[in-house]
Amino acid sequence: MTMAGTDPIAVTAAPTPGLARRLFSNPAGLIGTGIVLVLVALALFAPQIAPFAPTRMGAGKPLLAPSLVHLAGTDEFGRDMFSRIVFGARFTLMVGAIAVGISLVVGLCIGLMAAYARGWVEIVLMRLSDVLFSFTETLIALACVAVLGPSLQNAMIAVGIAGIPLYARTAYAAALVEAGKPYFEGSVVAGAGPLRLLLTHLLPNVLPTMIVIATLGLSSAILAAAGLSFLGLGAQPPTPEWGAMLSAGRDFFNRAPWLMLYPGLAIAVVVLGFNLLGDGLRHVLDPKGRDR
Amino acid sequence: MSEAILEVSGLTVALGRRAPRTLVDDIGFAIGRGERVALVGESGSGKSLTALALLGLLPHGVAHVRARSLRVLGRHIDPAQDAQMRALRGVAIGMVFQEPMTSLNPVLTIGRQMSEAMIARRGAGAREAQDRAIALLDRVGIDRPELRMQQYPHEFSGGMRQRVMIAMAMMLQPALLIADEPTTALDVTVQARILELLVDVTRENGSGLLLITHDMGVVAQIADRVAVMRRGRIVEEQPTADLFRAPRQAYTRALLAAVPRLDGPGADAPASAGRPVLRLAGVSKRFGSGRRATAAVDDVSLEVHAGETLALVGESGSGKSTLARIAARLTAADSGTVVLDGTDITRLSGSALRTARRPVQMIFQDPYASLDPRFSAARAIAEPLRIAGMLDRSAIGRRVEELLVRVGLGTAAGARLPHQFSGGQRQRIAIARALATGPKLVIADEPTSALDVTIQADILALLSELQREQQLALLFITHDLAVVRRIAHRVAVMRQGRIVEIGSADRVLTAPQHPYTQALLAAAPTGDPTSQRRVAL
Repeated sequence: MTMAGTDPIAVTAAPTPGLARRLFSNPAGLIGTGIVLVLVALALFAPQIAPFAPTRMGAGKPLLAPSLVHLAGTDEFGRDMFSRIVFGARFTLMVGAIAVGISLVVGLCIGLMAAYARGWVEIVLMRLSDVLFSFTETLIALACVAVLGPSLQNAMIAVGIAGIPLYARTAYAAALVEAGKPYFEGSVVAGAGPLRLLLTHLLPNVLPTMIVIATLGLSSAILAAAGLSFLGLGAQPPTPEWGAMLSAGRDFFNRAPWLMLYPGLAIAVVVLGFNLLGDGLRHVLDPKGRDR
Repeated sequence: MSEAILEVSGLTVALGRRAPRTLVDDIGFAIGRGERVALVGESGSGKSLTALALLGLLPHGVAHVRARSLRVLGRHIDPAQDAQMRALRGVAIGMVFQEPMTSLNPVLTIGRQMSEAMIARRGAGAREAQDRAIALLDRVGIDRPELRMQQYPHEFSGGMRQRVMIAMAMMLQPALLIADEPTTALDVTVQARILELLVDVTRENGSGLLLITHDMGVVAQIADRVAVMRRGRIVEEQPTADLFRAPRQAYTRALLAAVPRLDGPGADAPASAGRPVLRLAGVSKRFGSGRRATAAVDDVSLEVHAGETLALVGESGSGKSTLARIAARLTAADSGTVVLDGTDITRLSGSALRTARRPVQMIFQDPYASLDPRFSAARAIAEPLRIAGMLDRSAIGRRVEELLVRVGLGTAAGARLPHQFSGGQRQRIAIARALATGPKLVIADEPTSALDVTIQADILALLSELQREQQLALLFITHDLAVVRRIAHRVAVMRQGRIVEIGSADRVLTAPQHPYTQALLAAAPTGDPTSQRRVAL
C-alpha cells in the first residue's frame, strides 16, 4: 500500500517565499520600509545631502521663510533648517537604536532567565519588572534623567530603561510557551545544559516576536526621547535633534511656524514609518498570516 | 432507505485565492430519513471540508463550492447562495463539532446558548425555548438540567459538553445531524456513551446522521452505510457490514487491515527476560496545596525490563503522563524513588542528573510541537549526539544518515525543516532522535494518537522492530487498548493516580480482574460491525 506516510519523502509544504518578498507584498510593510530606508539614507549621507553645516550660524538671514535656497527656512540664528533636519535623522536613528537596544537586550535576558529558571529567580525578576511596569514609561524616563542629568546620552539610557519591563514581559511569555513544548522537554531529557537550551532553542524561537515588538518600540522610543529633548532634558543646543528643535521653535511660533512644523512633521513621519514596518513584520512573521 | 433527506451529487470544493486546489472532487451521496452514514478517511481526505461545504461554513473568496445538484428535503439548494445555506443551518441541518472544549461560547450560560437559535429562528418565546432546552438536557443525560442551564461551559467535563452540543444541535429538530469526529477528543468509556446517545436521539427524531470520522471502530459501532474518502474522492460506498466483510477497493482493505484490533495478533514475546532498566518504587506526586491538592500519581511502583514494552493505559486525568514525566525526571516526585539503569535519579540535579538521565529518551504525542521548528531534521537528530559528546563531527553526520535511513526517511530528508514533513514523517524524525544515542529506555507518550491509522500501524511496527534490534525497554503510554494489544508485553492500567491492575498483555486483555479494566475493555470499539450491534440496535 502506498500512503502518504510511507512514501519515502512526500514533501507537503511549498517553500515559503523570502521574508522581504512577503513584507513588500503587504502595503503597511512596503510603506514603512520605504520611510525607514529614507531615514537611514538621510542619516548616512547627511553631509552630502545637506546644503549647509547644521550648526553654521548665518547660513542665511534669521527666520527666513522656506524657499528654494532654504527648503525649510532658517531659524533665529540663520541656521538652515533643512540641513538641521537632515542631520537630525542621525540622532533620531541613534536614539531609537540605542534605547531599544538597551530595552531589548536587558528585557530578553530577564524574560528568558525567568522562564527558564522558574522558582525564586522567576518570582524576583518578574515581580521587579511588574513594579517597573506599574509606572508610565515617561515617568521612569524623567526619573532616570533627573538622576543622571540632562543630556542626549542620558535620555537614550533613560528611555531604554523605561522600556525594559515591556520587553521582559513579552520575552518571558513567549519563552514560557516554548519551554512547555515537547521539543524543548525532549532536549532536556537528551541532557542539554542551560546554555544550549537558552541559546539554541529558546532564543531563536522567541526572537521573531521580539523583533516585531522592537520595531514597534522604536517609534515610541524616538517619541519619548524627542519628548525629553523638548522638555530640555535630552539633547542640548546646538545639537540638531528634532525634539530639541521643536522646543526651540516654540518662541517663534507666530512669526516662523516652519520652525516647529518641519521637525514635528519629521518626527510624525518617522514614527508612522516604524509603526507601519512593525505592523507589516507582525503580519508576515505570524504563521497564521502566511497563506493570506 | 426511505425518502432522502440529503442528496448531493458533483460536489466540488476548491481552496485558495490565486490558484485554487481542488480538495473535494466531484463526490455524491444520499442520506435517507433515519439513516446513519459514515464518511471515513484519513486526514486531508476532504471529509471535514465536505461537511463544512454542506453547511455553507467555508469562507467566501478562499473556498469555491460547486455542486451539480444539492437537494435537502426535496428542495434544490444552490451552495453559492448564502441566504439559502443560512436557512438550512441549524433548522434542517444540525452540527456537532469535534472539540467540545472550544465549540461552546465560554462567556454565555448553557441555557442562553441553547435557547438562542430557537428564539431567533423559530420566533419562540424565552419560556418555551427554555423548557425545550431543559427537556433536551434531561434527554441527553445531564443531571439537574434546570440548574445546569445557569452554568457556564467550564463547569462541564468534556463528555458532558459533547452531550450539551448534541442537545443544542437537536433544539430545532433538524432532519439531518452532521457530527464531525464527535468522540475523537473523548475517553473511550465516554465515547461509547456519546455514540449511543447520537444513535438514540437521531432515531427518536427520525433524523439522518452524517458521521465524519477516521475511526473504523466508531464506524462499525453505529453506521448503516459507509463512504470511504481518499484524496477528495469517494472511493467506495457500501452498507457497513458488507464493507467490513468484503471491501472492494485495495485502499479500503489497507485501511481496515491497519486498524489495531483487540482480537488481533499481539506483540511477539520479548527476546529474553532482561534486567530492569527503570524501577519506580512508591512514587507519588500531588498538584496544588492544602485542601485543593489532588494526587496525580499515588504510590505507584513498577519496573520496565530491557527488551520489553510496558503499556501504561488510562483515561485522561489518570496520571499516566505525569508518571512518564516523573520517570524521565522532567517532574520531581514528592516521594518514592526513581531508579534508572541502576542509578537512583530521584534527588539528582544539574549536570549529575544530565549524565544519569542519558539512558532515557522520550517521544511525544504531538508531532507538530515535538521538533524545534528552526532545526532541520538532521540537526534535530544530531542534537542528542552533540550533547553526549561521544562522537566527532563526521561520525555524527554518518550516524544521522544511518538513522534517517533506518526510520525510512532517506538521507535527503536531513536538510528539510519540520514544517516540510507530514505528521507521520515528523514522528519518524522524533524516533530517530530518541534512538540516536542508543538509549536503554524510551518513554513514548501517546506517540501515535495524533496520526492516521495506516501511519499509526507503520510507526508501531517501526518501534517494535527497533526494540527487538536494540533490546530497548519501552514505556508506552496510551489510552487505546487496541494499540496496547499490538505492541505491549505487559500492561499497567491506571486510574486516579493508582495502578489498578498490572500483568501480561494477554492476561489483562483477555481476563481482566479489576472492574475498571473490564469497563475499559467493554467500551473499546472492536472494529467489527457484527459483534457490535448492541449499541446500534
